[in-house]
Amino acid sequence: MPPVAKPPLPPARAGLMLSRVAHSLYWMSLYIERAENVARLLDVNLQFLLDFQGLNDQLLEEHWGSILASSGGEEQFEALYEAADSQSVTEFLAFDPRNPNSILSCVFAARENARMIRDQISSEMWETINELYLFLKARNALEVWAAGPYEFFQQVKRYSHLFQGLTDATYSRSEGWEFIQLGKLIERADKTTRILDVKYHILLPSASDVGGAVDTAQWHAVLRSASALDAYRRYYVHEILPWKVADFLIFSDSFPRSLHYCVSQLAGFVNRILGETSATPRTAAARAARELLADLQSLTIADVLEKGLHEFLIEVQDSLDGIGDEVVQTTMFYPVESGPEEHQQQQQQQ
Amino acid sequence: MSIFNAGYDQAHFFDEMFGPGGEFRPHYRRLAERLETLSEAEFNHRRAAVDLAFLRRGVTFTVYDNTEGTERIFPFDLIPRIIPADEWARIEAGLVQRLTALNLFLHDVYHEQKILKDKVVPAAQIFSAKHFRREFMNFSAPRNIYVHMCGTDLIRDHDGQYLVLEDNLRCPSGASYMIENRAAMRRAFPNLFHSYRVRPVESYAEELLKSLRYIAPDRGERPNVVLLTPGVYNSAYFEHTFLARQMGIPIVEGRDLVVRDARVFMRTTAGLVPVDVIYRRIDDDFLDPEVFRSDSMLGVPGLVGAYRAGNVALANPIGTGVADDKVIYAYVPRIIKYYLDQEPILPNVNTYLASEPSDRKFILENIARLVVKSANEAGGYGMLIGPAASAEEVADFRAKVAAQPRNFIAQDPIQLSRSPTWCDRGLEGRHIDLRPYILHGEKIVVTPGGLTRVALRRGSLVVNSSQGGGSKDTWVLQGDV
Repeated sequence: MPPVAKPPLPPARAGLMLSRVAHSLYWMSLYIERAENVARLLDVNLQFLLDFQGLNDQLLEEHWGSILASSGGEEQFEALYEAADSQSVTEFLAFDPRNPNSILSCVFAARENARMIRDQISSEMWETINELYLFLKARNALEVWAAGPYEFFQQVKRYSHLFQGLTDATYSRSEGWEFIQLGKLIERADKTTRILDVKYHILLPSASDVGGAVDTAQWHAVLRSASALDAYRRYYVHEILPWKVADFLIFSDSFPRSLHYCVSQLAGFVNRILGETSATPRTAAARAARELLADLQSLTIADVLEKGLHEFLIEVQDSLDGIGDEVVQTTMFYPVESGPEEHQQQQQQQ
Repeated sequence: MSIFNAGYDQAHFFDEMFGPGGEFRPHYRRLAERLETLSEAEFNHRRAAVDLAFLRRGVTFTVYDNTEGTERIFPFDLIPRIIPADEWARIEAGLVQRLTALNLFLHDVYHEQKILKDKVVPAAQIFSAKHFRREFMNFSAPRNIYVHMCGTDLIRDHDGQYLVLEDNLRCPSGASYMIENRAAMRRAFPNLFHSYRVRPVESYAEELLKSLRYIAPDRGERPNVVLLTPGVYNSAYFEHTFLARQMGIPIVEGRDLVVRDARVFMRTTAGLVPVDVIYRRIDDDFLDPEVFRSDSMLGVPGLVGAYRAGNVALANPIGTGVADDKVIYAYVPRIIKYYLDQEPILPNVNTYLASEPSDRKFILENIARLVVKSANEAGGYGMLIGPAASAEEVADFRAKVAAQPRNFIAQDPIQLSRSPTWCDRGLEGRHIDLRPYILHGEKIVVTPGGLTRVALRRGSLVVNSSQGGGSKDTWVLQGDV
């Protein structure tokens, strides 16, 4: 049991946040970010296939296989579907409730978390999540497919942006804010590693001769998957080179979806949440965040390529996972329990 | 075409809007004039806008089918129910009288039991009541208040007389819909509120918070008040979050609380923080697995000990349910007379007790004409409406009443008043009731208004949301029309 807060007692309710509420804020924010990322990934890659209609079946399978791998649902997909094509992957990643990372599942999870704490968030935030949920529930893959999926993904992304903008504009800069930001940033950094990882084989030394129009278009797609194409172009005007794309998405210190930027932000929130004020970190989470940030501040793309991009990205993912888990554990003053049983949920209402 | 053109049939019921000759009652006249300027298309447009707003805002309740809960919006009817000032004054006086007497009764029942010794209420009825908590004999609730929040269901009979149908003294719900309904009406008909002087209902949450703070143990600092919910799956969860947000207090689940040295704390990211008052929306049975149901995972082990030690206040206190037992209800007029020496301002519905031999005989012989209710069910469950029931259902209830007389009461069926309500083919009369909300802190406060529930199915007398009921905004007018 953690120590009881010592007198003098905190003034009534100032800065007081239930652990459960903090964690719901974290998950709510993380799931919305994930829904947006999945929507963008699907959108970009469907677009990509339209541009390259001539791909043969094997290339198509490979293409979708790598998308599935980046969303972590490869095995489940193989168990549920026969072949990976545009339609089945869209179904799986957007609408399948059996896939815990489908857009639908993410939005549902975000909404359940928001519902548990709806007294704690602004009505605008709640209504936006609720509207997104109602929007998704009223649609299915076939309809979306028939109507053209572009508009659909656009809408999901817009809701996410609206939510994040409203959070910025209506939520107090409190401890809750720190949890919201942490959830979003951890998910964002993680997705950037996965988007890059899909294409890591192109950067393998033995494959350095890979090139041509399709590959350039694929790196295009990589950048757009991270909403990074415009920002990238501002730095590297001429051409899209694989190592430059990787350099940008990992090391840019100003692009909001780069690993470096996300980690520098989230390290700050980890410090504030855990009360880490001194130079020597006390908690494992703060130590891990500082280590990761130090790497991103000091390494170069050459170091990373030498070590192996894939290996580097996997290490970063593990580190991000560890930081998230650790923060949740450290701020959790209750044991994880199973939910209330059915008959108790139905206790009589007057 | 105006929405009144459809040919409205009052039938033989008391109608809230129309007098016996089919003329508008004076307090509805201005509303009717406004509605007459609306085309059906405009009216429907506003209806759709209000429904959509409820859905977007997630103003929903959960209905349990067999396995999974579904969220539904509580159907809302745009035609308000209007109560003139003098009518309301009488209702208010009647409710204050009733709550005052019930409070004295509860104190007595858990202390000297004078009313039992004087045989005004048979002792056996108390000791057999499901919600009587003998463990709390001689325990005094903080400030001697036994009911902080009460929702009393009122109906009107064919003469328009207000009658008390039942008292809800444990965790009455619906106050949030009273406030949301008002907000919806303001959006749908913003100008109407200028011409009518409608008394506001929005102060409910503030009054509720005041009455909760009033019972905090005195520690010379601002008390920490929390709302204890069974959780997100509870059908009234929307209301819990709504009230917590309006009051600016944390909403907690059982697992957020912990008891140390007979004090209650909540688990926060900064450690444990003490809790002084708990507005609990959980029945007694689930509060503390060490004292009541040991399988309860909604409660907090040790909570009852902390309450007994006077370190935390509960609203409503443990054991108030004995007074909303439907058998005890039948004695309330006598309870008012006994403690206050007054006649009840709001009469009861004529009630027969199956536990009394002569009444039981009457019930069993006339069951097909009566309304039969279980003593401790709510939400419109466990009841028989004789005139509307099949022979099989009647036989089933007759057997139940004969087997367990203490668990049943019967009442004369009341032809509830009706209010014009929008149905698929225009305005039709639908039966309504009224649940005003009464708060007891330093003094007793009745929020001017309440939840008017409407039975949307044609001919139905059951207004509960779980059984096809909807609601209307309730306007209590300030001064003359």
